Amino acid sequence: MHADPKGVLTGIHFIDGDHAACEGALAAGCRFVAGYPITPSTEVVERFASRIPQVGGVFIQLEDELASSIAIQGAAWGGKKVMSVTSGPGLSLMMEHIGYAAITETPSVWVDVQRGGPSTGLPTLPAQQDMMQAKWGSHGDYEIIALSPSSPQECFDLMITAFNLAETYRCPVFFMMDEVVGHMTERVAIPSADQIEIVPRKWATKPPGKFQLYATTDDDLVPEMVKAGDGYRVHVTGLTHDERGYPAMNPQAQDRLVRRLREKIRRNADRLVDVRMDGVDGADVVVLSYGITSRIAAAAVEAARTRGVNVGHARLIICWPFPASAVQEVAKTAKALVFPELNLGQMVLEAERAVAGKIPVIGVPHAGGTVHDPQTILDKILEVAR
Amino acid sequence: MSETQLLDLEQELGLENPVMPYLRQDRIPHIWCPGCGIGTTVNCFTRALTESGRDLDSIAVVSGIGCTGRVAGYLNLDSFHTTHGRAIPFATGLKLANPDLKVVVYSGDGDLSAIGGNHLVHAARRNMDLMVVCVNNFTYGMTGGQVAPTTPLGPTQTTMPFGNFEQPFNLPFLADACGAVYVARWTVFHVRQLAKAMKEGLQKKGFVFIEALSPCPTLYSRRNRLGDGVDQLKYFKERSTIKNGADTKDVGLTYQGDIIVGKFVDRDRSTWLEAMNEHFSKVLGDRFTPYGGSRGQD
Repeated sequence: MHADPKGVLTGIHFIDGDHAACEGALAAGCRFVAGYPITPSTEVVERFASRIPQVGGVFIQLEDELASSIAIQGAAWGGKKVMSVTSGPGLSLMMEHIGYAAITETPSVWVDVQRGGPSTGLPTLPAQQDMMQAKWGSHGDYEIIALSPSSPQECFDLMITAFNLAETYRCPVFFMMDEVVGHMTERVAIPSADQIEIVPRKWATKPPGKFQLYATTDDDLVPEMVKAGDGYRVHVTGLTHDERGYPAMNPQAQDRLVRRLREKIRRNADRLVDVRMDGVDGADVVVLSYGITSRIAAAAVEAARTRGVNVGHARLIICWPFPASAVQEVAKTAKALVFPELNLGQMVLEAERAVAGKIPVIGVPHAGGTVHDPQTILDKILEVAR
Repeated sequence: MSETQLLDLEQELGLENPVMPYLRQDRIPHIWCPGCGIGTTVNCFTRALTESGRDLDSIAVVSGIGCTGRVAGYLNLDSFHTTHGRAIPFATGLKLANPDLKVVVYSGDGDLSAIGGNHLVHAARRNMDLMVVCVNNFTYGMTGGQVAPTTPLGPTQTTMPFGNFEQPFNLPFLADACGAVYVARWTVFHVRQLAKAMKEGLQKKGFVFIEALSPCPTLYSRRNRLGDGVDQLKYFKERSTIKNGADTKDVGLTYQGDIIVGKFVDRDRSTWLEAMNEHFSKVLGDRFTPYGGSRGQD
């Protein structure tokens, strides 16, 4: 189905990533946002607050991130497409409700405009230090999806993907921006509504009485959803539950539920690979990157090429699930991988696991606060190409 | 007579407990202890549902965590068992997403006033259109009898092994001060009044706060040698005074002392959603898309 034109601000704009992310959410059909102010993410909700009265929907600034991260889930069960927006310290507070969204399978988009941490850290300066937290931050076994935009245009485009994935897989979908992407202003082209494909909610196809809230089939591990008020009289709980949604306190129910929460993503891992390749075929060295760092990495790759190094660049759009199959494919021919990140080594661990020692994986760590100097990445490329 | 025998007898006599249609019967037996008052409040709530005349499909119940947090799981309504302390913000999202729903938050004193205290005060301040039923048994039941923000000065709790020395909340005063439009307190001895308050709450627009005092015989009473559930009911009966309209600052509770019950507050002001719609209509005019239920298009 196509986007609702009410939420689509068709045209050419000169806006920053935070504003573009908000427009992406509106275009994707997001009609409820609850948030709490936190630098450098606040502009996303500020724009939503000013736009939503004219689009039709609700923005509410709640008393804290605990409230906003669960209010959006109430709104999802009330029938809305929902999002919350935060940065590191707020994301830490939201963690319990990431787990609630995972176990209740509440479609939800979680925007994290990353800044330097730990704790209050560097409120106004960039980092990519929440990548592991996005995956593992809440307790228990579960899967999430995470996307990483590197420009305001991608903040718009990929936000629509994020909402569509949230509806398709009914899991928390993270939108891992960073301070630089959030605050850089660039040209953003917003197409007309009929050019934007939207995945609608997977509504129940059976009537009340015949419907089980968490019934799935072997072929499709994602259950159908209902909203409160439709006569289904559902029970939704964060406790381990059976197909009816009723609490089931036993190891069999736990095994069945938790494995399904994991398998509904892992079984579709190949469909969830989005890696943008540049000159990777036959390259001696391949640089892996995501988010803002991919733009610095691209400069380093260009510089290395002018010096005669056969270097490719693989840019991760979807970081979680980690595109292990794509990285393994690259590792068949490349002699080494170079992986710069604005952290002291997070996603590089996943790359190491994927290639399992077949070729060296060289991290280019950075503690955050600014982006890499391209020279640092270039030096590493030249060093491993030698 | 066991529960099963009782049900068999009812069936033989052609009787059905009037509560049964409101319960998810496939989830019975419940987890509550003998003598606990939570079930009594549920009984009152089902009576209020009948008398309110509302379409049951238009009512959703949201609970937090704890013994009272299990209420949502037994009611045959759209029901949500959320995280500890966060029933109110979940209910806020649900209500704002689907304003035609009557959303009832049903939880315990620890859940609502300790870990969820911040949400309680802000939802009351905003006059979010929610009915909150707070079952106050003065303790944390599910986790084994720890001190709560409602524990009166004196009694022993597992984390106050030498008696509680912390000043408790006066919950009606708190809700009143924060702007709730309806505030009442009853005990589970006052079943008719409690059911009536719940019915009024279901019909009231805005933030409704109903405190229901309840025994916790297993932990609070036993540990403090107060007898069983019946003994606590006798205490509620003997020491309660009905004072409708009482100044909420005067209704604080002491250990086994006098209890003031009644409807303390009943007033009107715009709900959050009404205020939003009114304000945006005024300042944005035609540019505003009115939102919600019969008043909005969404």
